[in-house]
Amino acid sequence: MLEALQYEFMRNALAAGLLASVICGVIGSLVVVNRIVFLSGGIAHAAYGGIGLAFFFGWPYLVGTLGFSLAAAMLMALVTLRARHRADTIIGVLWAVGMAIGVILLDLTPGYNVDLMSYLFGSILTVPTADLWQMAIVAGVDLTIVVGRYQDFLAMSYDEEFARIRGVPVRPLYLLMIAMIAVSVVVIIRVVGLILVIALLTIPPFIAEKYARSLLQMIGFAGLLSGGFTVVGLYLSYRFNLTCGATIILVAAAFFFACLAWEWLKTKRERPLPAETG
Amino acid sequence: MTGDPSGTCSADFSGTPPSAAAPPGDAVIVVQGVSFAYNGQPVLENVDLTVTAGDFMAMIGPNGGGKTTLLKLMLGLLAPGSGTIRIFGQAPERVSHRIGYVPQDVHINTDFPISALDVVLMGRLKPGRGWSRPARGDRVAAHESLNRLGMGAFCDRRIGALSGGQRQRVFIARALVCQPDILFLDEPTASIDPQGQTDFYRLLRELNQRITIVLVSHDLLTVSSYVKSVACVNRGVHHHTEAEVTGEMMDMYRCPVEIIAHGLPHRVFKEH
Repeated sequence: MLEALQYEFMRNALAAGLLASVICGVIGSLVVVNRIVFLSGGIAHAAYGGIGLAFFFGWPYLVGTLGFSLAAAMLMALVTLRARHRADTIIGVLWAVGMAIGVILLDLTPGYNVDLMSYLFGSILTVPTADLWQMAIVAGVDLTIVVGRYQDFLAMSYDEEFARIRGVPVRPLYLLMIAMIAVSVVVIIRVVGLILVIALLTIPPFIAEKYARSLLQMIGFAGLLSGGFTVVGLYLSYRFNLTCGATIILVAAAFFFACLAWEWLKTKRERPLPAETG
Repeated sequence: MTGDPSGTCSADFSGTPPSAAAPPGDAVIVVQGVSFAYNGQPVLENVDLTVTAGDFMAMIGPNGGGKTTLLKLMLGLLAPGSGTIRIFGQAPERVSHRIGYVPQDVHINTDFPISALDVVLMGRLKPGRGWSRPARGDRVAAHESLNRLGMGAFCDRRIGALSGGQRQRVFIARALVCQPDILFLDEPTASIDPQGQTDFYRLLRELNQRITIVLVSHDLLTVSSYVKSVACVNRGVHHHTEAEVTGEMMDMYRCPVEIIAHGLPHRVFKEH
């Protein structure tokens, strides 16, 4: 690993991975406890429309994806707030429409864009230093907002109705949270790609949730786990010449299944099968 | 009365009535001509209801009759389509710090990483406080509220590791931690076993010495021996200021049939 770090692109990749881990810890934990994994998936895939938009009009990547994801995210959030029971359908539609717009716009764009694959699978090895700054800013803003209004986010995530009765401005806070998810998803797509972003956003918080004693601890654990997965995945992909994003996700998945197996063994030992006890 | 929506909790939990409590007999909840519809489906129509201080009112009625909707209107969670709701003479959301609420479903989010104590502390939440650890006074009040409900030993337990009845007590502790003047409960005994229910209603009766209580329930029989008045909710509202279940309630409001099948109750019903 250390020899790998003499290359600038590896140092940048490591920095990008660790910054993405901070974002995953904060945003992923909110996504998991608020049970909006599907909504986040919708935002991530609708972002593909933004990629198409950026290519077609020759805009910078970030302008297209950020704008498009934010718009799609706000639409999904408003539908969720207004008609919760229909929300999954609307999100599913926006999910597909965003992707379709992206595909069509890329069809209409002259020339062949090799770069496209990097949006699907991530391009952590080619992250320029300027993008690292963007990620650092997003990570900083996410952390500041969530920690700064921790009690409100906690109350809203645990019991929205009670939070409203206690005077928490749930609606603006919810929209703010969805906007943060949209921005963060776009940034993490850089690291593991559109297809894998949800896995990185949900696996570490899901493991952390089992052992944390509070939402804040969960955020911390999830960030650490995510950082660990990224470093190990990055090393394995360097060592065996594998695609970075997919390797990171498989490391996370392996740990995830190991945790499930451990939990299962533990409950089995505590409670022997009825057949054995007679 | 300051009318300060941010809440003015005092740290002690001695059970002494707060200075702003209304004297017994005063109207604390006034619902006038309230109608409400979900997606064009009328749920409540032209409802009038007055609850006086010190009352212990049960809201009964068939499923879909609007009991929970009426409760949420009084809590300010829903806005009425027409009519007005006043609690202590103000809009419900302005007096939320004087209202305690125990929700129907205590099984929400059982995987959530939160301790019983932190759930109770939510009852002292002041919006915008941000990161800061809850003040010492809040923590003391939360511990005392848990102790009072016999849950002090469980304060560090994760909420998901508690039984339904224990979780119910935590939620009641959360509702009481800010010394509310009105306590709203939505089907509170759904997750408690029969012995627990008796204890629970005894506790409510004790609390009722200081607090006005409004309770949504299916279990009319149990309720009728503890409450002071009954409101039958089925699109309209009939408020009976005596805790007797009458035949008229059965006919007009098609109250839950299961109560008739329970055999001889301890309270005499009129013919129906």
